[in-house]
Amino acid sequence: MTPSIALEGVVKRYGSRTVLDGVSLAVRPGELVALLGPNGAGKTTAVEILEGYRTADGGVVRVLGEDPRHGGPALKARVGMMLQDGGLDPRSTPGDVLRLYARFHEGAREPDKLLESVGLATVARTRVRRLSGGERQRLALALALVGDPEVLLLDEPTAGMDPEARRTTRALIGGLRAEGRAILLTTHDLGDVERLADRVAILHGGRIVAGGTPAELAAGAMPRLRFRLARALDPVELTGLGAALAVTASGATLVAEPGEAPGAFRVEGAAPDPALLAALATWCAGARIQIAILWATAATLEERYLELTGDRHVEAVE
Amino acid sequence: MSRPASPVRATVALAALEMRLTARRGENVLVTLVIPPAVLVFFATVGIVPGIAGRPVDFFLPGTLALAVIASGLVSLGIATAYERGYGVLKRLGGSPLPRWGLVAAKLAAVLALELLQMALLLVVAMTVLGWRAPTGTSIPIFAAALLSGTLAFAGLGLLLAGTLRAEATLALANGLFLLFLMVGGVVLPVDRLPAPLDALAAVLPAAALADAFRSALGSGQNPAGSLLVLGVWGAATAGLAIRTFRWE
Repeated sequence: MTPSIALEGVVKRYGSRTVLDGVSLAVRPGELVALLGPNGAGKTTAVEILEGYRTADGGVVRVLGEDPRHGGPALKARVGMMLQDGGLDPRSTPGDVLRLYARFHEGAREPDKLLESVGLATVARTRVRRLSGGERQRLALALALVGDPEVLLLDEPTAGMDPEARRTTRALIGGLRAEGRAILLTTHDLGDVERLADRVAILHGGRIVAGGTPAELAAGAMPRLRFRLARALDPVELTGLGAALAVTASGATLVAEPGEAPGAFRVEGAAPDPALLAALATWCAGARIQIAILWATAATLEERYLELTGDRHVEAVE
Repeated sequence: MSRPASPVRATVALAALEMRLTARRGENVLVTLVIPPAVLVFFATVGIVPGIAGRPVDFFLPGTLALAVIASGLVSLGIATAYERGYGVLKRLGGSPLPRWGLVAAKLAAVLALELLQMALLLVVAMTVLGWRAPTGTSIPIFAAALLSGTLAFAGLGLLLAGTLRAEATLALANGLFLLFLMVGGVVLPVDRLPAPLDALAAVLPAAALADAFRSALGSGQNPAGSLLVLGVWGAATAGLAIRTFRWE
C-alpha cells in the first residue's frame, strides 16, 4: 500500500546545525506512527516539513503523493494538522474558530458536533484566553479534524491535558485510525505510544535510532534484574550492595525503582545472569537482609527509550 | 475526499470573523471609533488652532477622516496582525486551504468595512454636532480614490511593521506613528503653519496627502492629483515591501 506520509533520507539544517540527518519514515492509511524523541530532537521540524511550513535541504518528502511545499489548497484540504502552539487568537471562541475553518472545506464536519466530541461544547462561546491549556489543545485537535482529513499530523496532541482529557483524546485518535486515516503524532508521552501507536520511531540527534512496534522496541532492550528487599537500606548498605554487584558485573548500576517501596531496586547495565543473582544473594546473606521479591523482566518501552536517548523528561505511562 | 471550499467563500468567512474580532478589541474601538470623532469635535469647537481659513469643521473633518484611515489601516490592522503572527494564528491559517491572497483580501475587506463605519460616524457627528453640510463640489469619486489609496498606503505600512517586527515593537511604533501623523500630518495643524523642516517632511508624508485628498473630495477646489500620487507611491512602496518581507511566523 502506498504510504500517505513519506520521508526518505530527509536532511534539514539550520545554519551549521543539522537538525534532521537522513530521516526516513512512512505512514500508511489506517496506521498510526508515533515519533518519539527528546526536546530538540527534530520532531517538530520533521512535522513542519510535512506540513509544508519548512523546506527540507535534502531527501524526498511526500504527503498523499505530493510535495507539501507545492500542494496548494487541494492538498491542504486533505491534511489535518495540530500545531504545538495552537495558533489561536485569544479573543476568538472555540465556536468562532471551528466554524471559520469549517467554511474552508467542502463537506466539513459539523462544528457543534465536533466541539461535543472533543468535550468543548460547554465552552463553545468562551474566549480562547479563558480556556485551560488542555482545552486549547482539544480545540487545536478539533481544528485538525474539522475538514475530515485523510492524513493527520499531530504535534504533541495530549500535552497539557488532564488524565480524563487524555483518555478521551486517545479514544478519539484511536477511532480516527480505525476509520483508515494515516496519523503521524509526535509525543513525549509514552502512554500515547503504548496505547495508540502501531509503530514508533525514536528520533535522537537528528536520526531515527530505533523503530518498530512498541513491543519490538522494548524487546530490543536488555532484560532487567528487579528485586525488593524486606527493608530499606541505609546509605552505607546501599554503597556496599552497589559495589558488590559492580564487582561481579562491570557496568552494573543499582537504581531505586521510582514510585515503589524504599527497598525496591533494579539493576541497569548488566544482564540478570546467575553470577549477578549469586552476588546479590551473597551480599544479602552477609547483611542479613531478606529478599522479599526477585524477578527478571523484559525492559519497558520507557527503559528502552532512556537507553537510546538518555532523555529523562519523558512522561511515563500512567 | 475532503476538498477546499471556494476561496471566495473562505475569504468572506475570514473577513466576517476579522470584523467580529476587531469589535472585541476595546483598544481598537477606542482608536478607530472614539478618538477621530473626539479630535474632530474638540478642535472644531475650541478654536485654538491658528491659520485656518473658513469654518473650522471644513478643515478638521477631512483631517479626521484621514486620521480614521490611519487608525484602521496602520494602528488597528498592524497591531492585530502582529499579535496574530505572535500567537501563530497566521501560521495556522497558512496550513489551511485558504490561499494567502484570501487572507490579505479578508483583512483589507475588514479594514474597509471598519473605515466605512468610521466615515459614516464622522460625517454624522460633523453634521449633527458641528452643523456641517456637504459643500458644492463634493466629489464621491475623489472621496473613494482617497479612501482606497489611503487604505493601501496605511494598511501597507501596518502590514510592513506587523510582518517584520515583534508584536510589542509594532504596538509601540504604530502608536508612535499615529501620534506623529496626528501632529504633523495636516490633521489638526495646517502643514503650511509648521516650522521648517517639519513642513517639508509633512508634505511628503502620506497623512498630509490623505487629508488633502479628502479636502479636495469635500470641495476645497484643490486638484487632488498630487496628493493621490503621493499616496500611490506610498501604497506601492509599503505594500511592495510588506509582500517581500512579511514573515508569517
